[in-house]
Amino acid sequence: MKLDIILAGVGGQGILSIATVLGYAAVESGLNLKQAEVHGMSQRGGDVQSHLRISDSTIYSDLVPMGEADIILSVEPMESLRYIPYLSTEGWLVTNTTPFKNIPNYPDLEELIAEVRKVPHHVAVDADGIARELDNSRGMNMVMAGAASLFMDMDFEKLKEGISYIFGRKGQKTVDMNIATLEAGRSFSEEHRSM
Amino acid sequence: MLLGDEAIAQGALDAGVSGFYAYPGTPSTEIMEYVQHSKQAAEADIHRTWSANEKTAVETALGMSYAGKRTMTTMKHVGLNVAADPFINSGITGAHGGIIVTVADDPSMHSSQNEQDSRIYGKFAMIPIFEPSNQQEAYHMCFSAFELSEKYQTPVMLRITTRIAHSRSGVMLSTPLEQNKLSLPKDKRQFVLLPAIARRRYKGLLEKQPLLEEEAYNSPYNQYIDGRDRSMGIIASGIAFNYVMENFSDGECPFPVLKLSQYPVPRAFIERMVDECDSILIAEEGMPVIEEMLRGILDRDTSIKGRISGELPRDGELNPGLLRKAMGMEARESSPAPEVIVPRPPALCPGCSHIDTYNAVNEAIKDVYGDGHVFSDIGCYTLGALPPFEAINSCVDMGASITMAKGAANAGLYPSAAVIGDSTFTHSGMTGLLDAIIENTNMVVFILDNSTTAMTGGQNSHATGRIHKICEGLGVHPDHIRSIMPKRNTHDQFVQIIKEELKYEGLSVIIPQRECVQTQLRRAKLKKKGDDK
Repeated sequence: MKLDIILAGVGGQGILSIATVLGYAAVESGLNLKQAEVHGMSQRGGDVQSHLRISDSTIYSDLVPMGEADIILSVEPMESLRYIPYLSTEGWLVTNTTPFKNIPNYPDLEELIAEVRKVPHHVAVDADGIARELDNSRGMNMVMAGAASLFMDMDFEKLKEGISYIFGRKGQKTVDMNIATLEAGRSFSEEHRSM
Repeated sequence: MLLGDEAIAQGALDAGVSGFYAYPGTPSTEIMEYVQHSKQAAEADIHRTWSANEKTAVETALGMSYAGKRTMTTMKHVGLNVAADPFINSGITGAHGGIIVTVADDPSMHSSQNEQDSRIYGKFAMIPIFEPSNQQEAYHMCFSAFELSEKYQTPVMLRITTRIAHSRSGVMLSTPLEQNKLSLPKDKRQFVLLPAIARRRYKGLLEKQPLLEEEAYNSPYNQYIDGRDRSMGIIASGIAFNYVMENFSDGECPFPVLKLSQYPVPRAFIERMVDECDSILIAEEGMPVIEEMLRGILDRDTSIKGRISGELPRDGELNPGLLRKAMGMEARESSPAPEVIVPRPPALCPGCSHIDTYNAVNEAIKDVYGDGHVFSDIGCYTLGALPPFEAINSCVDMGASITMAKGAANAGLYPSAAVIGDSTFTHSGMTGLLDAIIENTNMVVFILDNSTTAMTGGQNSHATGRIHKICEGLGVHPDHIRSIMPKRNTHDQFVQIIKEELKYEGLSVIIPQRECVQTQLRRAKLKKKGDDK
């Protein structure tokens, strides 16, 4: 089993919380894990990515090789497209459709979504909208984790445990809310995956 | 699950370290941060306060080593330039208690001004270098490096690069060792580098070299892994080893591979590879250090491949794809990124005080005298070079804003201004300011006080609450030390202050003071957490 994920977003959007949940699930499933993060200057509103590699055998490189990613999981539509060279021909691009506009020349959103739809395997999800509907306005990341989970060869229950692990300190209510958010993301993918 | 940086911190803690000394710098910062959050470090009362700069850090570490205890000093690659003086000389003084100098290089310059390779410094100082290929090795190497340091009385460099520093992996921990007891060096002149003593010690350092090479030859971190296809042998140092192996699904490379993680380079391995293989590919993260050694100045051997001959790029970090190509394997299928995407450079945070400062600086200087008058420095405020501000004209090294502004003022530039952050000021700006004070140079120095080391994530700044007094103490005329809270509604007042100080023929210091929005937010969160309890 091998699962290579590129997590993408903008500095400050909190992609590392997704990495923590997935990483927890991987370790609890007895799998090997390597996770390369971006720290430093780019965290100030620049483009950031994290390489998450999960496998049942030895993982050598900390970086996902070009053309090998099974999933691009992006919390921002333009950022999802930046990493397409990493995506394998069979890989899934799973992206939030809510743009994060902190630059003056942000491209036309429709054009970006059109490019997303050109990727043979994709899911485009209004994660911010789904999170708001669930009264979990900060749950966008968990919607995305749920949406991408459908394409991971991992026990979904372990992901829920990952949520209990990171939100446990904030009480059972927060845990339940985020598990519901995760499930909503997964349901969306089940209904709207491109094929 | 530990970051490479965290594995090193935990490794040093478990290997009986008594003190860490560091100045923040990406990608090394998380080593000290981990220690500062470590219960184990608190219980054992390990020294873990930031130093003013890398030079003071290395010197203080050397003092702890003198007193017989184990110590680690950590910095980013360019930090070693600041600490070069004590670092190089520490090769000659040698160590008493074990001393590890951990240096995090940043190839591809993710958060740096250059991609210098610290292994060259290690070779320069003639000390052993460890270069881990993964987080587990990074952890173990702390034990090995302290042991080697004390066995040969030499500082040891632990060289990592961004992708080890900022990548997480599972790490198995070993049984912790006790700290050393306080003890003085047997030879009370060991650290006295008077020429006569230095000459003797230098001979000793030279005599150590073959022994250190033998240690590297026998090191468990260096392995000669034979392969059936001897048309090519591969020398893969540090993390580059992973990028080679990644391309073979069973982890079995058909080519002989020399995995190199401890220096000096053991010549016996190189000789074997040269004798047994038709060509040699050298994969190293950073500069072509080993490749240059093998080529020498005559460089007549066309069977050597690497960054110099072009099989691998001369600059930037490596990755599995680049190695794949260099090994003559077919590239994996992949599509280019669509053209619609645009770059998203980092930017100042909304509400950042630097925004207000640059708005005022631009109105008072750029809009009146034109572009080209403002020297700047290393920190978040370097982003003032980008649109919409385009307010600054230099960023060279820690502290260079003040000294460059002085040099330009000496050359006749008017106005000449410097913009420097509070932490950068106490790191390396104070001495330059003193130069300007002595001559009362006609220039304006802005010390942007956001009360933290913001760029690296908000570490404590030595300057907090001291800038005004430091400037006054150094000798800036009190009438020309001006403070202002940079905000939208103080803009006109700020511009007015700058204009007044530009009129003054002499040295002025203006201190825009407002806390970093990130640390302010964090404090508010902590307070809320406290209130909730």
